[in-house]
Formats: sequence, C-alpha cells, structure tokens
Amino acid sequence: MKLAVPVIGAIAVLFTGWMMAKAGWTIPPVETKQVGYRGTGAFVIHDKDQEKKTMAANVAPAPPYEPDPNGPRAKEAHPGLQVLGDLSEDQLNRLMASIAEWVAPEEGCTYCHNAENMADYSKYQIQVARRMLQMTRTINADWKQHVGQTGVTCYTCHRGNPAPKQVWFKEIGPTPTDTGWVGWRNGQNVVAKNADGSSLPYDALSEYLLGDRPIRVHTLTALPSGNKAGIMDTEHTYALMTHMSQSLNVGCVFCHSSRAFNAWDESPPQRVTAFYGIRMARALNKDYMEPLTKTFPANRLGVTGDVAKVGCATCHQGVNKPLYGANMLKDYLAELGGKTQ
Amino acid sequence: MQLLANYQNIFTRVQVNTPHLDMGVPVDRGEFERFGGPVKSYWVGKFGNAQFGPIYFGTLGMMATIFFSIGFVIIGLNMLASVHWNPIQFIRQLPWLALEPPPPSQGLKLIPPLNQGGWWNIAGFFITLSVILWWVRMYRRARALGMGTHVPWAFASAIWLFLVLGLIRPVLMGSWSEAVPFGIFPHLDWTTAFSIRYGNLYYNPFHCLSIVFLYGSTLLFAMHGATILAVTRYGGDREIEQIVDRGTASERAALFWRWTMGFNATMESVHRWAWWFAVLTPLTGGIGILLTGTVVDNWYLWGIKHGLVAHYPDVHGGVLDPSLAPGAKP
Repeated sequence: MKLAVPVIGAIAVLFTGWMMAKAGWTIPPVETKQVGYRGTGAFVIHDKDQEKKTMAANVAPAPPYEPDPNGPRAKEAHPGLQVLGDLSEDQLNRLMASIAEWVAPEEGCTYCHNAENMADYSKYQIQVARRMLQMTRTINADWKQHVGQTGVTCYTCHRGNPAPKQVWFKEIGPTPTDTGWVGWRNGQNVVAKNADGSSLPYDALSEYLLGDRPIRVHTLTALPSGNKAGIMDTEHTYALMTHMSQSLNVGCVFCHSSRAFNAWDESPPQRVTAFYGIRMARALNKDYMEPLTKTFPANRLGVTGDVAKVGCATCHQGVNKPLYGANMLKDYLAELGGKTQ
Repeated sequence: MQLLANYQNIFTRVQVNTPHLDMGVPVDRGEFERFGGPVKSYWVGKFGNAQFGPIYFGTLGMMATIFFSIGFVIIGLNMLASVHWNPIQFIRQLPWLALEPPPPSQGLKLIPPLNQGGWWNIAGFFITLSVILWWVRMYRRARALGMGTHVPWAFASAIWLFLVLGLIRPVLMGSWSEAVPFGIFPHLDWTTAFSIRYGNLYYNPFHCLSIVFLYGSTLLFAMHGATILAVTRYGGDREIEQIVDRGTASERAALFWRWTMGFNATMESVHRWAWWFAVLTPLTGGIGILLTGTVVDNWYLWGIKHGLVAHYPDVHGGVLDPSLAPGAKP
C-alpha cells in the first residue's frame, strides 16, 4: 500500500506524457487564414514548417520544349495509335518524353513499350496507359466543374511513380470478423487510414467513390418528416468527409458552415467544387479503373483483388489545389485537353 | 477521533490520521462483513483520509460488481476479438476499439445475432443492472447511516442520462443502432455524428441548459472551494457548525461575495446551489437527447423557426445546391 499509490501515480504520469508526446500535434508557428465571416471560426490552419515541405514536394515540372503542331498526323506513321493519332509527330514525341518523365523516370520508354517493337501493345502497362490517356482527356473535357481550366495531366497523380502513391483499395480491416460469433466491428473501430487514422468506418470510400451510397443525412424540416438516415449513416458520411479533409489538408469550414453542415446557402463555393469532385472520382473509378482490374497483374491489386482507385488524395496530395494550382495542361492542350474517343 | 488542526494551504500539510484505525459502526446481523484493510497510507493521506478501507460491499455491492464485471469482460473480449485476438494490437488500438450496438437492420430486436450487436445488448443489460443495483446500495447505505438521500438522487440524475442514451431513446427511435457504442474514440464519433445528423445540438435549448449547469457547476465548485479554504483560518472549514452558528468566517466569506458581486449564498445554501447545478446537468442534458430525433429532427432549422439562429451576412455570394442543377445526382 505504501508504494502502490506512488507507483500507480508514476505510471499514470508517464503514460499521459507518452500520449501527449505521440499525439501528432500541429506545432507552432501556424498560419491562420480566415475563410468566412468574422466571428464564425472559419479558419484554415496550416503548420508553417510543414507547409514549406509540402510546397517543395508539389512543384509542377516545366515542359521540355514547344512542339511543332504541323506536319503529317502521327497515325500515318503509327497505324496502331487509337488515342493520340491526331497529334503531329513532334507533339507525339514530346508527349511520350513527358510521360516517361512523369510516370516512369527510372524505367523510361520500356516501362510501357517493347524496346524491339514500339508498336507492340502486349505489355499491360501500355494497355493501362492508353486508358489513362482517355481518362485524362475525359477529366479535362467533361469535368471542368471540378478541374476548371487548370485541368490535369499524368503528373497530377503520378508524380514520377509508375503507380500513383495516393490511391486507395477496398479496406477490410485487420481480419474479417463478420463471420464469427464475437468481435464484430461494424466496419469501423480500428485505425482507418483512409479516414485520417480515425475510428470511423474504414471502407467508406468504396461506398461513396465507387458505389453511390447517399451522402446526405440531414432532415430538411425542423420536425421529423420520414428521414430514415441514422447515426451510423452519418458516421459513414463523416468518414468520407474526413478523407476529403485529410486529402486537401483543410478543416470542415473550408467547404462548410460549421453551424449547419447541410446548408448550401451558407457554404463557401469550394463545396460546389468538392461536390463535383466526389462525382468525378466515382465516375473515374467506375468507367476507367474498375474495368482495368483484369489488365493489372496481381501485385498491383489490393488485398481483395480490387484495382487501385482514385480518391481525393490521388491528385490533391495534401494541397487544396493540386500542385498549388499550377496549370500544366496549357502546354499539353492538343495532347490531353480534348476528347477523341 | 478528535482533530485540532488547520487547513491553511491549497495543498495541505495536515494528515487526517488516527492512532487507532477506525472499523466503523458494527454492521447489522446477517449482512456481509466489511473487508479490505483498514490500512494507513501517507500518500492516501495527501488526498483525503489517511485510512484506506474497510469497504462494505454487501449483497447489492457484490451483485453490482459481478454484473459490471460481466459487462466489462464482454466489452473487452469483443474488442480483443475485433483485432483478431492480437494482444499488441489490442493495446495499440485500444482507444479505437469498441463494442458496437446492432446495425439499423436489427431494429429493436431484444437479442440480435451475437455478432450483429447481440453482445452489445447483453453487455448493456448487465451494466445497466449493475448501475441500478449500485444505486440501490447507495440509497441503503445512506439510510443505514441515518443520512439524507441526496447522494443517491444525484447519482440517479447521471443514471437518467445513461438510460436515455442507451435505452429510452433507442426504444423510442425503434432501433438499437441509435445507441452509443462502448469504446473510447467510437463514442466520441457517435457524439459528433449525433450532433451532425440532428442539425447541430448547439441549437437544442436543453443542451444549452445542460452546458450552463455543467460550466456553472465548475464555477460554483471553484468559488465554494476557494471561499472555504480562504476562511479556514477563522474556522470556516467547520461548515456544518457555521450553518447554524455563523461565526466570523461566515461573515467574512459572505461579505467578500457581497462586495465583489453584490450577492452571497449562505453556508447552507451554497451546497444547494452546487447540488442542483450538478444534478441538473445530466437531467436537462438527458431531456435534450430524448427530444432529438423523436420530437425535433433538425435543431438548426428548429432554431431558425424560434429565433435562436444569428444572422450572418452572405460573404460567399449565394452558393446553390449543385444537385438541383438539371441531370445532377445528389
């Protein structure tokens, strides 16, 4: 008894100290930007040191040169071209050089191409690349509500990696526990890496960025009027929102009025951009990524054998405008700007 | 036990101690004996009476402890199973782990499949039983000592909030899925999601009241504790005597508050203030929870209807819901 109390006390103090030290603080100095009406707590807060590192890691590469758009079309010399046939020979060559730099800087052309026969389309990489070019053009042509005139290029996601780093796969947690008789998690309550390490539902992205589970949970009348969405539905929406917050490194008030999360008339305009972003990611995963599942080798797939999918972090990578809004597309309008297929 | 000493510091140097350990009055025939000690500890004396134990458990205390342990172990084992019986992950992820209530598909089924929240109902049943038995025990111990029953009724207020969250409201909503999970972070996720789903609890007037009483309790606690410590040098620590026999300590304390804020409680009434503030915190909070989703579904819109919501200028220039645009999907 004499020793028990001080020993327990010391353990408690040490444990608390350890938790405090490991809590992942945003350490001052921080930069605070007001993004709403005064007095409403509408601030975006950034760690200044971290922001410097993020800025250094998010620089858009300059195009190597300006290609000559004139001359015979590429498809005349390369009849196998399905997507890029309408470019000039010079434009095609420069795009190929840029893609090698953006996607496979170490492996170079042979990451996709057969060095002996550049027109050989048997490697899975080249088949994926063809679809990805079509996807890029679709984003730039059809999803202006999200990407604006800034658009996207291969680099927006790839950043020099053959497989973009910030993709997501279906999450099933440590080991499935739905089939036994004990330990049911309800798809949550372990560290959810796609929801910023929270205990929220860990596979919300499958539900919202592949499936179209309703995001909205609010009742639009003061009194009950038949809205069946419950607290668990809200936690799933909350997990998606946390993914967005984590991907863009912003808080809720970047897009929402925190006193009424559902009220559009009080929301910053960024929420509209985000609305289209969710639909864009969903469409890309459905139309482009999922159909490629069989094209990829097993080592490129997730634990459940699903294909890598697009989330908000895939392009944003911790910045509210990818690459701080650098407009790479303006130098590649002919190649990646419009739709051909 | 006779003690003549003054508490003169915030951190007292006085140890409440006796040469002979106090066993307390004899227990009634047929009841459990007290057990555990008594032992003396210098460190325990830093915080209160230096004597620790003996403890009276009795039948009710034993039953409450056993039922609580059953609930606690069910929760712990489910948490351990949820990380596939991995003890390291159990410790590392402990704040993340939980025992979840049944999903909405199970509605109000009394015993849903064990691995669809059934364990939650069982654990909840045992813990509720334990809490209620503990309340009865408190009531009976208060009576046994010839005391008033203020402490059990204050505890009852907390039990009310507990029952609203885990039993009454889920039953009224027709779904166990509306109840709170047993887990550290998960119950906080629940709290946030609850407020978001029902349109911001900030605009729930009973939530407002509960906060007033909660913050008021801490304020009263600080004011009262500070006042008594400040007048102990005049015998103010003998509050009970001073209630009926006002001495200079009471006079000075009263005068201090009259000078600083124009009004003072008395040695007796300050305890009523504190008791009611503390009791009303979960009482009003429970009413606020009970009304949410059952009577009011969006507190923000309710607040607009009743003039609670402040008007702010539209600094964003009128954003419209894009799902209302032609061809859009919500």
